[in-house]
Amino acid sequence: MVPTGSADELGARPGMTVRGGDEILLAFARALRAGGVPVTQDRAHDFLAAAALLGADDPAGVRIAGRATLCTGPDDLARFDQVFEAFFNDRDGLPRRRPVARTEPSLTDLPLDDGSAAADADEVDDVIRAAASPTEVLRHRDVAAMTAAEKQRLAGMFASLRPRPPLRRTARHQPWHRGDVDASRTLRSSLRRMGEPAAIEWRRRAQRPRRVVLLVDVSGSMSSYADALLRLAHRLTHGIGNVETFTIGTRVTHVTRALRTRDPERALVAAGETVPDWSGGTRLGETLRFFLDRWGQRGMARGAVVVVFSDGWERGDASMLAEQMARLRRIAHRVVWVNPHRGKDGYEAVQTGVLAALPYCHDFVAGHSLATYADLVEVIAHA
Amino acid sequence: MEVTSAAEVARLLGQTGYLCDDELATVTYLTLTMQRPLLLEGEPGTGKTALAEALAEALGLPLVRLQCYEGIDSTQALYDWDFPRQILHLRALEASGGAELEEAEKSLYDDRFLLARPVLAALQQSPALLLVDEVDRADDEFEAFLLEVLSTWQVSIPELGTVRAAIPPVVVLTSNRTRELHDALKRRCLYHWIEHPGLERELQIVRSRAPEVSEALARQVVGVVQQLRGRDLTKPPGVAETLDWARALHHLGTAELDLESASTTLGALVKYREDADRVKQALDQLLRA
Repeated sequence: MVPTGSADELGARPGMTVRGGDEILLAFARALRAGGVPVTQDRAHDFLAAAALLGADDPAGVRIAGRATLCTGPDDLARFDQVFEAFFNDRDGLPRRRPVARTEPSLTDLPLDDGSAAADADEVDDVIRAAASPTEVLRHRDVAAMTAAEKQRLAGMFASLRPRPPLRRTARHQPWHRGDVDASRTLRSSLRRMGEPAAIEWRRRAQRPRRVVLLVDVSGSMSSYADALLRLAHRLTHGIGNVETFTIGTRVTHVTRALRTRDPERALVAAGETVPDWSGGTRLGETLRFFLDRWGQRGMARGAVVVVFSDGWERGDASMLAEQMARLRRIAHRVVWVNPHRGKDGYEAVQTGVLAALPYCHDFVAGHSLATYADLVEVIAHA
Repeated sequence: MEVTSAAEVARLLGQTGYLCDDELATVTYLTLTMQRPLLLEGEPGTGKTALAEALAEALGLPLVRLQCYEGIDSTQALYDWDFPRQILHLRALEASGGAELEEAEKSLYDDRFLLARPVLAALQQSPALLLVDEVDRADDEFEAFLLEVLSTWQVSIPELGTVRAAIPPVVVLTSNRTRELHDALKRRCLYHWIEHPGLERELQIVRSRAPEVSEALARQVVGVVQQLRGRDLTKPPGVAETLDWARALHHLGTAELDLESASTTLGALVKYREDADRVKQALDQLLRA
């Protein structure tokens, strides 16, 4: 690393060819962005300034400057260290842009009706058909059993969900046309008239949206639902606002930022890049514990509506899961467990994980089709 | 505020009894030279607020503290008019029977009746150190407002005009990560995640913050706490808990940590029943190690 050129010079001549220290640092910032840390132009600028202050030839200084200016959270710090190590010491280890090889279904367009149009044409016109519309059928179909084309059509239908936030009363009051007497406002308005009695002011407790936390199981046994569940999470994120989403599997990954992207397809790709443990095993108890330690207990789950999407397949002992669910229930306002197998014929809650978790859930609902997701949206709205 | 190197910052902080590692000292140095707010995150009890206090003391700046809470708004952070005093003032004018109407009105919006809340106070008494504590507890709207002040260092009061800081205050924000802060706010700040200190550093901290505790006892206490952090606890003890525990043991006249004294004072260290049970079971083993 060679210290040359200030950041301003670089900004003034973007196309310059001198290979200065700044350029190397900017290349590093770019590598970091590719590694998943949201580095913006002005942050990169700050990074150069900070590195210049500490001396760009001092690796430890550059590292500290980068951590302070380019990172915004502990997740970023871990990624930063990984990229830093790879960029300056060992280029082989640079994180891949698409870390996980997901099997993308190959999509082909099918006609919007169920493909029997050609056969229908031969039939007599005056037959009255009383079949449900294909859209309505799709609403009730199990997501896991769908073909790629059907899934694609279903994806568009997620926009028809109308999520509403659950509300909570706040400690603050708001002016209202009836309710309790707002003594201080009444007095103040009367004072404004130098003590003349004025109209009585009323107030009520204000309402604010409650936070919703989604924990989506992306382990192997849930892999056929993961796509639909993340779409649902995306829809909720944009329909409600105050939503935090985590994927759980062998690890806990915070994917809220990825899901904030407005376009669902891009959001899902971004989320896919963030999650390192697609279709892995499940350690529900441990991951839940990690979530509660790192986020939940601090306040993210406090008073929130927590929705766990999982089939409850727990490898080994479920006592840890029970303990953590008990903790979650003490913190959260409402715990909803969504099990994709619940709505199916002959389902019984026999999995060790479900048995351990059920006593601590307020609601236990199905989650295998769009219709059940619409029901879930209602459950959340009234939580 | 003229510091020339990270080492000097570490030395100045050390004089006040706050011991920090190289990275924190460097980030603090950058904060001072680049005049950027410093955003500190970390487990509760790792000394985020203490850093701001120590920094104010080290630099000889007045510490202005803004404690955030849900529902805080600009009248609690910026300024408010002292309404009762304004009314009294009017009554006094009435009684003395003087003053033109316009003059009386003007005299109401005077510096005398302005209640400077933390942010305005920090701008007025520049240079100062503004500590925005637990910013994650405030609402998003408040964050936006804070962002505005942090980027311009000025506050405009319609009745009085604009108050601008002669020297931008040193700003330290702390957050417990109960919610993700807005990217726009984070972008303006330098970021640092405070970790729990290692054995030797924590020992130094205990020695300097609680000098009454004997060296041997301090070493034992820190040893146990360090082991506990590696264990499976709901809430691992922070430095603040370590200090509390060491002081508690000292007050009870304990010269050496043993099973009995440790288990009776455990309440100073772990604050969850499940944790207390686990620690009690393992105490024997912890003390032997």
